Amino acid sequence: MSDIKIKITDREGVLHEVDAPTDMNMNLMEVVRSYELAPEGTIGVCGGMAMCASCQCYVKSDHALPEKSDDEDAMLAEAFYVEDNSRLGCQIHMTEDLNGLEVELAPES
Amino acid sequence: MIKTDILIIGAGPTGLFAVFEAGLLQLKCHLIDALPQAGGQCSEIYPKKPIYDIPGFPEVLAGDLVGNLMEQIRPFQPGFTLGERAETIEKLEDGSFIVTTNKGTKHHAPVVAIAGGLGSFEPRKPLLKNLTDYEDKGIAYIIKDPEIYRDKRVVIAGGGDSALDWSIFLSDVASEVTLVHRRNEFRGALDSVEKVQRLKNKGKINLITPAEIVGLNGEKRLESVLVRKTTNGNEDILLAVDSFIPLFGLSPKLGPIGEWGLEIEKNAIKVDNTLDYQTNIPGIYAIGDVNTYPGKLKLILCGFHEATLMCQSAYKRIYPDKKYVMKYTTVGGVTGFDGSKKEAPKAVVKTIE
Repeated sequence: MSDIKIKITDREGVLHEVDAPTDMNMNLMEVVRSYELAPEGTIGVCGGMAMCASCQCYVKSDHALPEKSDDEDAMLAEAFYVEDNSRLGCQIHMTEDLNGLEVELAPES
Repeated sequence: MIKTDILIIGAGPTGLFAVFEAGLLQLKCHLIDALPQAGGQCSEIYPKKPIYDIPGFPEVLAGDLVGNLMEQIRPFQPGFTLGERAETIEKLEDGSFIVTTNKGTKHHAPVVAIAGGLGSFEPRKPLLKNLTDYEDKGIAYIIKDPEIYRDKRVVIAGGGDSALDWSIFLSDVASEVTLVHRRNEFRGALDSVEKVQRLKNKGKINLITPAEIVGLNGEKRLESVLVRKTTNGNEDILLAVDSFIPLFGLSPKLGPIGEWGLEIEKNAIKVDNTLDYQTNIPGIYAIGDVNTYPGKLKLILCGFHEATLMCQSAYKRIYPDKKYVMKYTTVGGVTGFDGSKKEAPKAVVKTIE
């Protein structure tokens, strides 16, 4: 297993290209937190249970992502600033298939 | 004025356990929480989810953990100010503090322990531009007294348990209940979803899905809302209503505590982790998820440890001249303020003949 490259645009519009490990059971929200691309307390508030939408992001590249679970789908139905390409970062697990993934963090709400 | 030894802000697991540790030292506690019930995130966000890293519990539901903590601290008779947010703090000349809530309830204590987790839970407000104009003039985010909706036309927005439950409840009170949700699917308890279905079939709840409220109108107070069907933009409905209740859940905000002059870093309160989790203001401690220090982990089990050391320090602060050494509960038992006493059974001494 190796690291993958991910492009993340933060809430200020700054692009970060980061390495994400695929062998640490990490999700996209945790990658963002590990690089401190959003202030603590504004992302991953529920810890990754798909229950708060603070890690909402827009997926810009056309990677095949896993289907949304019912929990994620329901949470996005109640979140704000939701677009067709919205996903919850905590539900996107880092796998080698996601090398080159491009995402933008949704505004804080 | 409520008087206590340790005033705990936040009734989550860390705050609740602090009551126990304080009680062993004969210190009384009072807790303030913005939510109407104790338990913090464990009760509000994930009561039915399991936790696997509470020492000694291979698996425990968050809601059950809170229930157990409440049982554990019961002998120490903690006081609660629930549904109120700690707003201001004032340091008196003798070094003690007065904390006042948003409803004006005053609390006086020599020690304040902030166990505020991620902050106080505030309703998440929909993005409508003139929303604030109608707050308390037809728009409310929390239902305090359902009677004010009697014989009124109410529209509720949201897809979770609270939207479903209040739609069901108000269908018997209001003259008209409309539930608007962005999806056809609801994520509440199955029982509630089925009840809403039955009430919709009976015509007691007017269900509009998938749809969103996109506009608010009214002269002095809310008179109508604009409902947009998300499948087709040409089907806007102007719905005459007396009240609009958006129920989109709660999100935590550090809030007024951020203005208390405490050193803040990364949305958390900096504390001295080498000693007692005291903040830069002597007498104010911060424990659990709300604090930060090098190597901090936001874990319930870490909060328990922090609460324990905080209580020892608080004791020395309140009784600087009293001699004291920590005593194991197995040795000393637990003597409640309610007169109850728990202790290890004495060994039986009997001759074997």
